[in-house]
Amino acid sequence: MTDMPYAPTRGQSPVTKLVLRFVLYVLLGLFALFYLMPLFVMLTTSLKSLDEIRTGDLVSLPREVTFDAWRTAWASACTGVQCEGVRPYFLNSLLIAIPAVAISTIVGALNGYAVAQWRFKGANIFFALMLFGCFIPFQVVLLPMARMLGIMGVAGTIPGLIFVHVIYGLGFTTLFFRNYYVSIPSELTKAAKVDGAGFFRIFWSIFLPLSLPIIVVTVIWQFTQIWNDFLFGVSFSQAGTQPVTVALNNIVNSTTGVKEYNVDMAAAIIAALPTLLVYVVAGKYFIRGLTAGSVKG
Amino acid sequence: MAPILDVKNLYKNYGSTEVLKDINVSIEEGDFLVLVGPSGCGKSTLLNCIAGLEPITGGDLFIGGQNMTNVSPKDRDIAMVFQSYALYPTMTVAKNITFGMKVRGIDQATQDAKLAQVAAQLQIGPLLHRKPGQLSGGQRQRVAMGRALVRDPKLFLFDEPLSNLDAKLRVEMRTEIKALHQRLGASMVYVTHDQIEAMTLATKIVVMKSGVIQQIGSPSEIYNRPANLFVADFMGSPAMNLIPAKTRMNGKGMQVEIARKDGDPIILTDARNKDLPEDVILGVRPEDIADAALGRAGETQEADCVIDIVEPAGADTFAVLELGGKHVTARLHAETTATAGAAQRLTFDLGKVSYFEPETGLRLN
Repeated sequence: MTDMPYAPTRGQSPVTKLVLRFVLYVLLGLFALFYLMPLFVMLTTSLKSLDEIRTGDLVSLPREVTFDAWRTAWASACTGVQCEGVRPYFLNSLLIAIPAVAISTIVGALNGYAVAQWRFKGANIFFALMLFGCFIPFQVVLLPMARMLGIMGVAGTIPGLIFVHVIYGLGFTTLFFRNYYVSIPSELTKAAKVDGAGFFRIFWSIFLPLSLPIIVVTVIWQFTQIWNDFLFGVSFSQAGTQPVTVALNNIVNSTTGVKEYNVDMAAAIIAALPTLLVYVVAGKYFIRGLTAGSVKG
Repeated sequence: MAPILDVKNLYKNYGSTEVLKDINVSIEEGDFLVLVGPSGCGKSTLLNCIAGLEPITGGDLFIGGQNMTNVSPKDRDIAMVFQSYALYPTMTVAKNITFGMKVRGIDQATQDAKLAQVAAQLQIGPLLHRKPGQLSGGQRQRVAMGRALVRDPKLFLFDEPLSNLDAKLRVEMRTEIKALHQRLGASMVYVTHDQIEAMTLATKIVVMKSGVIQQIGSPSEIYNRPANLFVADFMGSPAMNLIPAKTRMNGKGMQVEIARKDGDPIILTDARNKDLPEDVILGVRPEDIADAALGRAGETQEADCVIDIVEPAGADTFAVLELGGKHVTARLHAETTATAGAAQRLTFDLGKVSYFEPETGLRLN
């Protein structure tokens, strides 16, 4: 045995390093291709005409690029008897998702702040119950929620769906904000109390300005959940208030005669675009927000 | 005039754990009260109770003569400086300092005037537009002080404000806080675990242990006449020597007998005290054991002792020896001839000696 000190980076020649790097990139590239394959097929199919789909290869590039399928999907594809495309449902989804995300984020922030920084009597039990809410399967709440919406007189309406999503999202948003605020030293709250500030003033002036990373995380999470939701959408909506996910299902499943794969693909991409956009715009904050914990006072 | 702070029979429990037991303290206007004790002794909890940040389980609390027991922190007319400074991270220094005034709806002109005054006082003018994250530890400390000063409260509360600073800065800020106290004549309550901070800053010290007050007194009372073994051991650096000894009376007065490792016991005569129990713990400060050769005034008695360790510390040299089966520290002159392993003639000054009961730890004289 030698008495050389342990040095893990020693002994690798530059050539070995280069080769290892190369292998790594090739592997990573292969995995990326594998995961991008479905998206590639969807995109190319949506740009082909029906004839070309029937005669051509699934993975080949379109011989002739056409946006007809996109136009049809957006404005005139049939969901059952109506043939208005996904446009009205896309709007419904926006009308549901935006208020539901905003409300659940704001209330979650207040909840998390109260639980983390104002150790009121029963705070732990309150938080445990909120957490429990995160783990209740969607299906369990369907019937009681339907009854509840009926009593409230909002069954089958967009406000009703907003309500459902806010309630179901609160567990998660509270959890996110609580875990973020719990890492902020409680001396900040104490100092502000001595300075004369109250519950809302401290939240507004001190905690909210610190919260950008966790707000981004919560908004992405909630938006993805609510936009992609199908079960609540199909259960608690009626004709005219269905979200885009339900409409997409109807377009794909209710066509008669020839199956228009290109329209289905275009509609699916349209339905997925907003969540993709949110990730592209705010994705780096998402990672940062999930890992960033403490704030130095 | 009513005391500025009066704590009466205060109890504090967390569940079934008693954190503070029957606390009674009061201070007059202009006093600098230091709460000192080892960590976990309840001193910070007591400060939080005074601030109103922790509800108290029993007893009453008066600030400026008014019963504040159930009054919220913002209405107690207090300002507090925290250990972690607790500066609002998203606000500039100026906004940090004026936040309290803004919340209270004080007009902008007054805010600006007060801010300028405090900034000049603490020399933080150039920092006003920075965020706390861009400041060094010492600067944050100043800003935290500024936030308290600007309020001009009846009572200042400090929760270990210097413990996050490096040693050199801590000593500087300590002097500055003392100067500030003298200049303002403000009433302050200060929590620390550092007994030197307590001694240097306080006009009145409260020594606490396990939620119970051990002694209240001026720094010199606490230092020279500790009420029990805990206080004797906790206050002073190096700590007071606590040596098991035997006493008996004879014609010349009280004889104190201390076992020596290498021979006959040392017998000292104490004419000031008499009729103590036979077994006692003798408390002698290191500075009361000195070199015989480099004489000192006062009634001293000499004895030869073998020195085990010599620790030069610049201004003084500390010598460690064994007496009564305990390590004993003597503060010798820097020029001492003492060498480890050799005998040295030492003088003992019993003028400020303390005697403690070995079982209860209570002071006997």
